[in-house]
Amino acid sequence: MALPLARPSSAPAITLAPPDAGPRAAPQPRELPAWRRPFLWVLLALIVGIAAVPVIVGSAAMREEFFLILMLVIMATSINIIMGYTGYVSFGHVVFFGLGGYTAFFLMMKLQVHFVLAALVGGALAVLFAVVLGSAVLRLRGAYFALATIGVNEATRSVVMNVEPLGGATGMFFNYAIYGQYGGAKMALWLAYYAIVVVALAAVAASYFVRRSKFGLGLMAIREDQDTAQVLGISPARHKVAAFAVSALFPALSGAIFFFKNGVIEPGTAFHLLTSIEGLVMVMLGGVGTISGPIVGAVVYERLRAFLLTNPLFSALHLAIAGVLLLVIVLFVTAGVVGALRQRFALIRAYVE
Amino acid sequence: MLLEVQHVTMRFGGLVALESVDLDVDRGEIVGLIGPNGAGKTTLFNVVNGVYAPSEGRILFRGEKISGLPAHQVARRGVARAHQVVRPLNELSVKENVVVGACFGREQLSLRAAGAVADEVLDLVRLAEKSDSLSSKLNVAQKKRLELARALASRPHLLLLDEVLAGLNPTEVTEMLDVIRSVRQGGVTVLMIEHLMHAVMSLSDRVVVLDYGRKIAQGTPEAVSSDPSVIAAYLGDPKIAAQFLAEGEETPDPAAPADNEAAEPALAAPGDRR
Repeated sequence: MALPLARPSSAPAITLAPPDAGPRAAPQPRELPAWRRPFLWVLLALIVGIAAVPVIVGSAAMREEFFLILMLVIMATSINIIMGYTGYVSFGHVVFFGLGGYTAFFLMMKLQVHFVLAALVGGALAVLFAVVLGSAVLRLRGAYFALATIGVNEATRSVVMNVEPLGGATGMFFNYAIYGQYGGAKMALWLAYYAIVVVALAAVAASYFVRRSKFGLGLMAIREDQDTAQVLGISPARHKVAAFAVSALFPALSGAIFFFKNGVIEPGTAFHLLTSIEGLVMVMLGGVGTISGPIVGAVVYERLRAFLLTNPLFSALHLAIAGVLLLVIVLFVTAGVVGALRQRFALIRAYVE
Repeated sequence: MLLEVQHVTMRFGGLVALESVDLDVDRGEIVGLIGPNGAGKTTLFNVVNGVYAPSEGRILFRGEKISGLPAHQVARRGVARAHQVVRPLNELSVKENVVVGACFGREQLSLRAAGAVADEVLDLVRLAEKSDSLSSKLNVAQKKRLELARALASRPHLLLLDEVLAGLNPTEVTEMLDVIRSVRQGGVTVLMIEHLMHAVMSLSDRVVVLDYGRKIAQGTPEAVSSDPSVIAAYLGDPKIAAQFLAEGEETPDPAAPADNEAAEPALAAPGDRR
């Protein structure tokens, strides 16, 4: 049993298996490198397949509905990276949506920047903001962090409302001539749809690779016990800020696309706190800390909301019902839909993450 | 010297937890750190691995000053620690816990290489079959071994063991002692806090005694256990001290004496003077 535990780092990593280690399980599927495991590819193919339906059918109504669902998927998936993996509940996450939207809108409207470039600049700015903001507020733990993010969102909205070049409280709106360079307003709507599909795919892929990476393992260690994680060699500040930056990028891109399509941006819709709270409900509903959970949660929540809003009996009550739903999840199904299924059925566990 | 603790003082407000403590640990040694409850042993560990920055004095590790560095920087330089109160990462599997140690410790391994190291270390501490369970589902003895496995997986130069034997039954203690010996044979230096006197005496090359934040003695187990100031502060009765020493010299036999087992709980915490 003399094992060279502190051997020089140049030595191969496998030398210390004792010869009599006994039968160990054959190589498990877990050992495959992240990008070679089928789960991600199946999931992305599924999203592409479903997203292609409105394009094939040519239905604008269906396109708009799918656009909305994909936006929610992006918000929920992004919140899950900071909330589910890292354990920090970001209540005011919509601030990145608004920031990306405003930046891109301003660039497109005032400086005639191309939509794609404007969206990327909006995303970059949101990431930068997340790094600066995260360095400060991610020192806070638990409820204090959640409250701080709400404060940041409300403060940002107030600032934007008082900046005249951004249109102040009334916001900004496009001259429709802007859509000319994209082949007219109708083509621009399709362009926005393709863009949101791409961003949704990127968000899901990012969520997957973070979850399966060493970086993600560090995040989960911090979620479980930050002090222990640090004693094990993890730099909590660096990990948390990086996670926050990743989770800021996709909502910002989605905000840029949404307001490009909308043609109008105002502080009330761009920094609407309800948007991020609904994002939290979707994450909890689908399964916090899982990859497919936020997607399932976003789809189910959107369908439910659509049903309630169009139903004369419930239309005034849809937020109350969302609140009750959250309460039920928190009290009885803490793992969410995907989490509960994973706990119940071993077969699902092997294929659903 | 692997570790040099030089004139370290640690104050918390008006309380002096450590007072000008000097301690050297040489490469390959097992050094036992003993003393009554509240003597500052765990505080000393916290200062060494960067949880606290010392109020005065400095700490050198492999010739480099590490006092004042944050805990994760100290961990990356090759200091690993098993906590007295076990702290598994509950919602992660046993293997993932150990992989964290290997990934972020001294060697900063990739996930894949860390997985291989984790399997080996889990074999070593006999937790291999629990590899996929959630760490929160382990019993106390298994959590202690997980704590040790996680520390070992980082391939440390120096291992800080804070009462890894506390709460284990005699069979488990014997197993753990075997593991610690094999760790040392692998070239890891060990600094251990332990109340189980026969274990300290049989394992340690040197013993350091703390009392009220001061180092009151150090030397071979024999010298320390016959030191009058140590007996007064910690061991209490010279006859019991002699008995510890005698037990320490016997090679512990897992299959053997029932009377030894019966005696152990009484000997487990001789220093609890409160």
